[in-house]
Amino acid sequence: MNLMIRYLRPFAGRMGVGLTIKVFGTLIELALPYILSHILKNIVYFERVAPIVMWGCIMIFIAALACTCNIIANRMASRVARDFSRNMRHDLFKRAMTLSSAQTDAFTIPSLEARITTDTYNVHNFVGVMQRMGVRAPILLIGGVAITLMMDSFLALVMISVLPFIFIVVYVISIKGIPLYTKVQRATDNMIRVVREDTQGIRVVKALSKTQYEHRRYDKTNTSLVSHEKKANIVMGMVNPFMTFLMNFGIVAVVALSANRVALGQSDPENVIAFMQYFTLISMAMMSVTRIFVMYTKSSASAKRIEEVIDTPCDILEHTQEEYPCIDTDDHITFKDVSFAYPGTIKTVTDIDFGIKKGSSLGIIGVTGSGKSTLIRLLLRFYDVNKGGIYINSRDIRTLSHTELHKTIGTAMQNDFLYADTIYENIDFGRHLPPDQIFKAAKIAQAHDFITAFPDGYAHPLSQKGTNISGGQKQRILIARAIAGNPQILILDDSSSALDYKTDASLRSALKENMAGTTTLTVAQRVSSVMNCDKIIVMDNGKIIAMGTHNELMQGCEEYIEISNSQIGGAFVD
Amino acid sequence: MINKGMGPGMPNKHGINVDAEDIGEKKSYKGIFLRLAKYVLKSWPLFLLAIAITLLSNQLALMAPRFSGEAIDAIASENGIDFYIVQTSVVKMLLCYIASAIFSYALTVLMVHISQKIVYTMRRELFEKLTSLPVSYFDTHTTGDIISRISYDIDTINATLSHDLVQILTSIYTVAGSLFFMWQISKPLIAVFVITVPASIIFTRYRSKKVRPLFHRRSRKLGELNGYAEEMLSGANVIRTYDRTDEIVGRFDERNEEAMQAYYNAEYYGATLGPSVNFINNFSISLVMILGGILYMLSQSGAVAAGSLFFISLGGIAQFVQYSRKFAGPINEFANILHEFQSAFSAANRVFRILDEESEKADDTDAIPLTDVKGNVALESVTFGYVPDKTILKNVSLNASPGQTIAIVGPTGAGKTTIINLLMRFYDVNEGKITVDGNEITHLKRDTLRKAYTMVLQDTWLFHGTIFENIAYGKENATLEEVKAAARAANIDSFIENLPEGYNTVLSDDGTNISKGQKQLITIARAILPDSSMLILDEATSNVDSRTEIKTQEAMARLMEGRTCFVIAHRLSTIQNADLIIVIQNGEITEEGTHEELLSKGGFYSTLYNSQFT
Repeated sequence: MNLMIRYLRPFAGRMGVGLTIKVFGTLIELALPYILSHILKNIVYFERVAPIVMWGCIMIFIAALACTCNIIANRMASRVARDFSRNMRHDLFKRAMTLSSAQTDAFTIPSLEARITTDTYNVHNFVGVMQRMGVRAPILLIGGVAITLMMDSFLALVMISVLPFIFIVVYVISIKGIPLYTKVQRATDNMIRVVREDTQGIRVVKALSKTQYEHRRYDKTNTSLVSHEKKANIVMGMVNPFMTFLMNFGIVAVVALSANRVALGQSDPENVIAFMQYFTLISMAMMSVTRIFVMYTKSSASAKRIEEVIDTPCDILEHTQEEYPCIDTDDHITFKDVSFAYPGTIKTVTDIDFGIKKGSSLGIIGVTGSGKSTLIRLLLRFYDVNKGGIYINSRDIRTLSHTELHKTIGTAMQNDFLYADTIYENIDFGRHLPPDQIFKAAKIAQAHDFITAFPDGYAHPLSQKGTNISGGQKQRILIARAIAGNPQILILDDSSSALDYKTDASLRSALKENMAGTTTLTVAQRVSSVMNCDKIIVMDNGKIIAMGTHNELMQGCEEYIEISNSQIGGAFVD
Repeated sequence: MINKGMGPGMPNKHGINVDAEDIGEKKSYKGIFLRLAKYVLKSWPLFLLAIAITLLSNQLALMAPRFSGEAIDAIASENGIDFYIVQTSVVKMLLCYIASAIFSYALTVLMVHISQKIVYTMRRELFEKLTSLPVSYFDTHTTGDIISRISYDIDTINATLSHDLVQILTSIYTVAGSLFFMWQISKPLIAVFVITVPASIIFTRYRSKKVRPLFHRRSRKLGELNGYAEEMLSGANVIRTYDRTDEIVGRFDERNEEAMQAYYNAEYYGATLGPSVNFINNFSISLVMILGGILYMLSQSGAVAAGSLFFISLGGIAQFVQYSRKFAGPINEFANILHEFQSAFSAANRVFRILDEESEKADDTDAIPLTDVKGNVALESVTFGYVPDKTILKNVSLNASPGQTIAIVGPTGAGKTTIINLLMRFYDVNEGKITVDGNEITHLKRDTLRKAYTMVLQDTWLFHGTIFENIAYGKENATLEEVKAAARAANIDSFIENLPEGYNTVLSDDGTNISKGQKQLITIARAILPDSSMLILDEATSNVDSRTEIKTQEAMARLMEGRTCFVIAHRLSTIQNADLIIVIQNGEITEEGTHEELLSKGGFYSTLYNSQFT
């Protein structure tokens, strides 16, 4: 509810106007039955056509007015619901995009996605319905209670005494309902996860003839979702019959008690008849109120899930220089006694200590899982170090703003992110760089030739994840993206492994020629990619086991020599 | 729409998802309705029961007021109050209400069951359909949009089916009953409805025609939004690295705005529907009053004789108005329900669109299973194109004997992957034929053919589950021992055993807890597990370090031993060791032979080879 109030507050004025119009429209529509009884009771006795037609026309006029008011109010309600959801979804998506890696892992992507769509939709729906239905029902309810109180306060109180029971029942059921709907949404996450995995891995599924297996796997999540939904709906379904019964019980009580009251002369039969009519009105209003309540239960489970994301505190904070003081160094990048373990795992890097000068190049080499990419992730602050510090131009990166840190770095990483858009857009990546810079970057990255070979050149559309181009082409586009922004620091994390030797060599010489002032970090599997670096780090088991130039390492580092000798890798042809 | 940052003169080519959604808008709703009805009718006994309960509880709800009427009559009786009748009536009332409450809850439970069954079936059909679609479908449709259809769209259908279907049936019951009574009271007054009911219907139809495309647009825009969100969330790390979050959020906002605007547009027209139909009803009551008032006047003055067609009493008018309210109520409700139905139809349309996609062709009726595979594969003058007028492979023939390794080499786009697609029967050839052990593969049961191959792709695909499950995926009922052996062969066993949870370690969605190289080794372990006699290998070009790679290649060599292997080769070592190298250019085999033979030929291959050393 807090969430809804928070996001509805800016529209309080508009909602107020809309609701006022709605109240007006509802009230004048309620005038129709009075005019009707007026005609029947008084007008027809005049036995003249004119007044009948006149009053009839007044009815039509009022009906038209009510209709107009309701349309205007409904539209205003939709507009408020639209703006409300738009703002909320914006904040939700923005927060989801800025979650730290650890936080994203905890939420999981399918769940974040469900929150952006179905959860937002649930809340949106409630906000709309609440405004449309939430007016008429309370008016009828309050009006009906007020009139019955005036008519016969004793009988009215008999009926009103049922209301607390109704509220208790509705309250108890909805308390039970909210966690049930939370479970439904969680089951939705799991269902979506399987769909997501299978759409992305369809080739493997088919190749292994695992469609039957996948059907069963999906069926499990589908069944669980359905059973949770059933449970929630069946529990919430109790509200309406219970409520109707309690209302009707009130009516029965009134009838039973009124017999005595009439006998004692405290009431008269006409009163009881009129009473019954208003009762029907009140119980219909109650029905609408409970319907809104059931919707509220469902949407509040969703609202909570949205709130969870929006209110997740930032765990990658910008600290002050008092907390993390500068160090005295003339290196561009410094790792000082860095240790780190991924949350919940034993995978660590320990005692990482090195520095590199501006404009120089560093190679990082080592076996799979030795911690090479972890160093890069720490430099990019996907995670914060557990011990020690990382410094750029002698400032601890924890004191740099996100923008400060990232605008200076260009990265081409292992997990290649290409998306459904043109090649041009994939290189530019929304930075609105001058086209010349894009083309230049593509040329350096050895991508220009194959791009222009497409009939539509740079406007060639990529599919989701770039599945319509080859691995080597993907890597070159990613490298072009990394260098297009003229970064001070360039990180190439295993980003040229799919290139053949010749292209790789051309890439390297082009980089050297054009990116002279840039500090370059190259993470690689093969020696040829790093052998020309000013400094090479050899990693094993999360530790630096050797550091030096290619020649130095070839003299003294066994592991390096082993890697060098075993070079069988490298693509021969893309 | 989005590519603001593009240079001048570059067309907006967001060429994905050209689903021709607009075609669906022309399709009649009748078709969609009938299809939806089929789902409902699948559980027709329950549905009939639901109708019966609805009528029963309606009847009970009508009976209770009669008892209350009896009680009140007894109270109002001029001979003093008959407490006995009051008591019995009150008891009857109470029983009616209790029964009605029970029935109405039973109905709710029943409808939940029916609608959940429908939703379950729909989701299952949709998912099973997805897995039967040709792989190309997934290259042209975003994951997020597919997810949107299977979650949001089906939810929308569900909401309508479970709430509105019974409502409609009840309404029809009430409308028919009211009409009957009104007919009895005054036939001339019914003439009013001859004007207003068609007006109401015409209005509703006119409106819904206008609203229809808006609802389609609403569903589609939401799908696009979801597609975008899914894609960008997957790349959140990279986006953060480039500090592009604001930019991406900005683009998300454009889609969000469009989606919400589409929502609003649909609601905007929807908002007029209820009040307008309500107005038409009020209008007709006003007409009843005018006409009824005049008739009453005439009846009073004696111009119309009692008992004649036009005679009406005061009580008659009052009753007629009450019934016309009863009559109008459901019609009003109808308009609202129609509004909801439209959104359900648009959603259903998107679901049915996937269900109507062409699946992979079913196996021939006389298809035989492929057993005791030797691994003799032959392509005979194979010609193929994904679309009719664009040939990818032209007249390709090749012969692989059991145990041979065939390296397929060629520039990107030459058709290497297409050969794999044809071997696996992801697609069928246009001309020529492919045989395995002399059997034409189109005459074989597809799953036995596919099981005869082991396939290792560049894309490492792991699902949310334990490492054990991910490796065991390659073979039904694989034991832990087998999985461990496979992991050993793939050289990933020590890494796995060093994890705190070992083989029970759950891989997270994006597998951030393990490196890409390790993921690749896990997929290799998965491929090692099944005993198939043929191997397709899209050689990985990245991420496994040299030391691991030697061991992997040893494992692969063992795996390849005795199997017929097709390798899309990138590495020289693999190519050199192949029994046969096929060079493909522009869809044709331009060179074939061993490494030495091709070198001596001095063609594309030798040029490529020599360029290594320049």
